[in-house]
Amino acid sequence: MERKIRVIVAKPGLDGHDRGAKVIARALRDAGMEVIYTGLRQTPEQIVQAAIQEDADVVALSILSGAHNHLFPRVVELLREKGADDILVFGGGVIPDEDIPFLKSKGIAEIFGPGTPTSATVDFIKTHLKRA
Amino acid sequence: MSEKEKIEEALKGWEAKVEKSLARFPERKSNFVTGSNAPVRRLYTPLDLEKRDTLESIGFPGEFPYTRGVQSTMYRGRFWTMRQYAGFASAEESNARYKFLLAQGQTGLSVAFDLPTQIGYDSDHALAAGEVGKVGVAIDSLEDMETLFGGIPLDKVSTSMTINAPASVLLAMYIAVAEKQDVPADKLDGTIQNDILKEYVARGTYIFPPAPSMRLITDIFAFCSKEVPNWNTISISGYHIREAGSTAIQEVAFTLADGIAYVEAAIKAGLDVDEFAPRLSFFFNAHNDLFEEVAKFRAARRVWAHIMKERFGAKNPKSWMLRFHTQTGGSTLTAQQPENNVVRVTIQALAAVLGGTQSLHTNSKDEALALPTEASVRIALRTQQILAYESGVAETPDPLAGSYYVESLTNSIEEGVLTYIKRIDDMGGAVKAIEQGYIQQEIQDSAYSWQMDVEKDERVVVGLNKFQVKEDPPKGLLRVDPAVGERQVAKLAALRARRDNAATTAALAALKAAAMGTDNLMPPILAAVKTYATLGEICDVLRSVFGEYRPSVMF
Repeated sequence: MERKIRVIVAKPGLDGHDRGAKVIARALRDAGMEVIYTGLRQTPEQIVQAAIQEDADVVALSILSGAHNHLFPRVVELLREKGADDILVFGGGVIPDEDIPFLKSKGIAEIFGPGTPTSATVDFIKTHLKRA
Repeated sequence: MSEKEKIEEALKGWEAKVEKSLARFPERKSNFVTGSNAPVRRLYTPLDLEKRDTLESIGFPGEFPYTRGVQSTMYRGRFWTMRQYAGFASAEESNARYKFLLAQGQTGLSVAFDLPTQIGYDSDHALAAGEVGKVGVAIDSLEDMETLFGGIPLDKVSTSMTINAPASVLLAMYIAVAEKQDVPADKLDGTIQNDILKEYVARGTYIFPPAPSMRLITDIFAFCSKEVPNWNTISISGYHIREAGSTAIQEVAFTLADGIAYVEAAIKAGLDVDEFAPRLSFFFNAHNDLFEEVAKFRAARRVWAHIMKERFGAKNPKSWMLRFHTQTGGSTLTAQQPENNVVRVTIQALAAVLGGTQSLHTNSKDEALALPTEASVRIALRTQQILAYESGVAETPDPLAGSYYVESLTNSIEEGVLTYIKRIDDMGGAVKAIEQGYIQQEIQDSAYSWQMDVEKDERVVVGLNKFQVKEDPPKGLLRVDPAVGERQVAKLAALRARRDNAATTAALAALKAAAMGTDNLMPPILAAVKTYATLGEICDVLRSVFGEYRPSVMF
């Protein structure tokens, strides 16, 4: 049997808005992926640990509090330190357009804003997966 | 033939005629539903009003069961309080925004705190990194609170504070600031949100487990009933439940179920219901389905009045009244064509006013993108002022009463709410239902089905899945200076060096002793904030005694 794509949906920082994260988690599961949602208030260290432990292919980050510039790059950095930079990392939330180039330069593959259909996220994962 | 029979017969004739014409003039869709997926029939008639006794179920404004509003003259007496939720960066910047809003004719303050403050961490805590001043103002100690309200006389404004897990601490700081302004606590007017149950299910800024959290809340009820009698000690909130994706019925049902849990906890703690219930207040959302939202507010008042009178035996009419604040629906705003949000907010604000709200926050058009700028907040406030002064909707109470459709919706929402409350009662109450994940699951299911409806184009969101345009990224959004975190950390270090640390340590030890016992925690918290003990220090003491809440994760 083909191995399912494994995704960690994570909420870094103190933000409590997880409607979007949960909707995405469920949509990815409905699209046939194996999904683990971390719950709220995760540090980048906890997220990376979960990703490695769960042998994740993808880490999907969600922040609506404005702390993305601080927390998203840290996740990629730690993955790199652990030699796990073949994990695809992308993010979503309330993130100003002008922050996107910075986040991409730090290794966040894509940023999805409010109103993105879940199907776009599913397609993105399928076409950008780094692991075979 | 009675009047009713005449109408029934005429209606049959009308229906037969319409059925025939449908072949040539079909309806837009086979299934009409409200914004919350409740069925909408082709027509509502006087027959729909006959199902309930009018006097008993609708009655008069200012009279039980308050379906038509809690005051007898409603906005003919005075308008609702126009209260824009605001706060960002430091106490200095937020103080300037409050003064701007008051100068623009706003009539009450509403404080947004940053996430570290809401979760009881000082700005120099490791978990606060990147979050300081972002979604609200950073408050670490009484010093920040003095700055926040500098030049604002606390006996002249009413202040609402969106603070939950550490509500006791921020209320204590507010009382202490007032004391420095020579304003006694019994002259203070305002609200703390103080609603931990909805934090567990929808908003996420919890600290302690349910039992000690409920104690902190009932301690506030008891303390304020004697010391701060005009304070609204809780704002039982459906707002965030709706934002998390619930339907209108779920919003009211879960909010009132939480309300029942607080009343039961307070009675169990030995309080008399009429001692604290008059100061309970509520907070609801307003979404786009105008009539459903108006009906929701009316149904909520009616259900709560019956609960307080019949279930809890409250005697004081003030205990029966559901007074509420409304905020327009943040999750209904689109990042696409953000100007359209002004129109959405207008419809939602209209629903709140037609529904008899006591105070109102109107969202700004840029809130799907960032915190609002001054210019966009002004439009949001002007929207309320236009409704108040130009639209005429405030000139008579509950102007939609008697509408066949609105009364039917009010009845069906009430039925739906009562069914949920019964189910939650059977589970052992709201706390149990939350611990079992029932309420969370119900909300998540509704959120997911909304999203799927939008993606399948079964729901149109203008500018998002229909009538799209190519547009440039918006310019001129508000940005919080990232240096605010460093400044706040420096301020905190200076404070810790300057204050009388022996007094602080003693006050924190006294608080710990009280937390381990059963005394009311408000007096020792008040004593601690006056020694400039920080929010984080106070919450750490409580964490050491109470432990921390660990949610079960599901989706």
